[in-house]
Amino acid sequence: MNTPIAGLPLLLSSSIKIAIMFGVVMLTVAYTTLAERRISAFIQDRLGPNRVGPFGLLQPIADGLKNLVKEEALPGTASKFYFTLGPMLAMVPALITFAVVPFAAPLPTPWGVVDMIIADVPIGLLYILAISSLGVYGIVIGGWASNNKYAFLGALRASAQMVSYEVALGLSLIVVLMMAGNVTLTEIVWRQQQLGLWFALPLSLGFILFVVSAFAETNRLPFDMPEAESELITGFHTEYSAMKFSMFFIAEYSHMLTASALMATLFFGGWDLPGSWDDAFWYQGELIRGFDSVGSPIAAAPAVWKTLLTFVGFAAKTAFFLFLYIWIRWTLPRFRYDQVMQLGWKIMLPTALAYIMVVSGTILILEQVGVTGFLQGLALTGVSAICTVAFVFVLDRGRIIEGAAARPKPGAPRASTGGHGVISGEGAPTGD
Amino acid sequence: MTITTKVIQRPDPERTSYLRAAFKGMALTLRHMVSPKTVTQQYPEEPTELSPRWRGTHVMEVHADGRPKCVACGLCPTVCPANCIRLVGGEDDQGNRYPIVFEIDEFRCIFCGMCQEVCPVEAIHVGRDFENAEYTRDRFVYDLDRLMQQGHPSALLWDPADPSGE
Repeated sequence: MNTPIAGLPLLLSSSIKIAIMFGVVMLTVAYTTLAERRISAFIQDRLGPNRVGPFGLLQPIADGLKNLVKEEALPGTASKFYFTLGPMLAMVPALITFAVVPFAAPLPTPWGVVDMIIADVPIGLLYILAISSLGVYGIVIGGWASNNKYAFLGALRASAQMVSYEVALGLSLIVVLMMAGNVTLTEIVWRQQQLGLWFALPLSLGFILFVVSAFAETNRLPFDMPEAESELITGFHTEYSAMKFSMFFIAEYSHMLTASALMATLFFGGWDLPGSWDDAFWYQGELIRGFDSVGSPIAAAPAVWKTLLTFVGFAAKTAFFLFLYIWIRWTLPRFRYDQVMQLGWKIMLPTALAYIMVVSGTILILEQVGVTGFLQGLALTGVSAICTVAFVFVLDRGRIIEGAAARPKPGAPRASTGGHGVISGEGAPTGD
Repeated sequence: MTITTKVIQRPDPERTSYLRAAFKGMALTLRHMVSPKTVTQQYPEEPTELSPRWRGTHVMEVHADGRPKCVACGLCPTVCPANCIRLVGGEDDQGNRYPIVFEIDEFRCIFCGMCQEVCPVEAIHVGRDFENAEYTRDRFVYDLDRLMQQGHPSALLWDPADPSGE
């Protein structure tokens, strides 16, 4: 009875899913901008936009309409073709990355079971890494084509930052791939369901590294070097106005949305909710819920309410990470450029490499001893916790990064590793 | 409001932590988010409380029978530092002086309130009002009728016996 949907109904259901998800993503992006403005306002004891509609709920629509009808300025010295291409190149990859993220449990219909994912491609994670890093081309091309020094500096920074953090991002995902044994996102979710643990626990340090590099990848504070308002006006989109600016804006927020969905999928079980009642996976043509003690598959019972409930779960997890983005943006000050590079190359990259060694070694030893499944997950949780504590211990307290208050006493030698390039909340040592 | 100072001791660099400071900051922003101490005034819905001595656009006081109290003595155009008052006085059959033309250019006015202080019959006042936007510039020259029809209260003069206005 649980047969996958095929033929014309498959085509129709896919079209419907694409239409709905596109709408949902665009709406979420629009309302994330509103959430950003209102949450930042509450954090700063203000009210934020509350005039358009009840609680300002129509503000994104007003903004969109304004940007649509606004006059667009094209700088005389800009390269027209690339100036137009930039925003498009920024927006499209950010939107199509969402295609491979599973967002709910399979939905049963009279024509067969519909997977709640737009494209269940076997190379899911590789697709995401490939496409999401394309977004920076839009920023670089747009910044270069503006023929403006600030925009150009922003574009340069964006490319340098992308190169630095893409490495750490990719390496922090290696541990997930080792645990899941696959790059398909549906299978990564399935492995987390089978393990009984979301990967954020057994791979806690990987999660931390992923979150930090994802922040850098999406150019959000404290890593918003490409648009650093106080230094570069608004960086790469200085010359952009009206709808082209809006497209850069949509690109940034849909990038955020995709990164949040990835955090939820890779480390927090995706649409999985606690308990094994909602588990579902295509195993040799059958939709199964798990395996019994002798290893024969148990058939899953997909239901509409399960689909809806798991979608709410997925939306809640994604919304939490979106909130985390906004929360951190309005708390932490921007890093200095050399600090960003320092963190990327001298801390994130070696840590990710060392962590891969530790996790792969632990998995190897555990499998030699014969510990698998949930117990393996627990053992890895312990190992990762030790790694995380060690990482934080080595990193903090003036060893590599130091607090904002850390500043040498008058006349005293600098306490930490010294001088230029130390990650601190302060500018260069003033020695006062 | 009294000004207080708070001396913040810089902690030992080896004992300060970026991560702890970051988490403390996030806790602070979260606290403000869940219980905002919003001071924003929702202006058009919540009217602003003006000081009793607020000096805004002028008001001409009138007698019970609707005549302006002004006696066209000429003191206010004389004292006005911005030279924004135009006054042409006249005299009726009983010898009472009255203003034929009394115009105040609110664009030139610096709202010092000296016209109100100098007025011997308490006719011209500065008013407690700030909502004086207009669509054209010539609407800012207030004539006698307009000054007499102003709806807002007049400002209180500074009282040397009560310098803080209580």
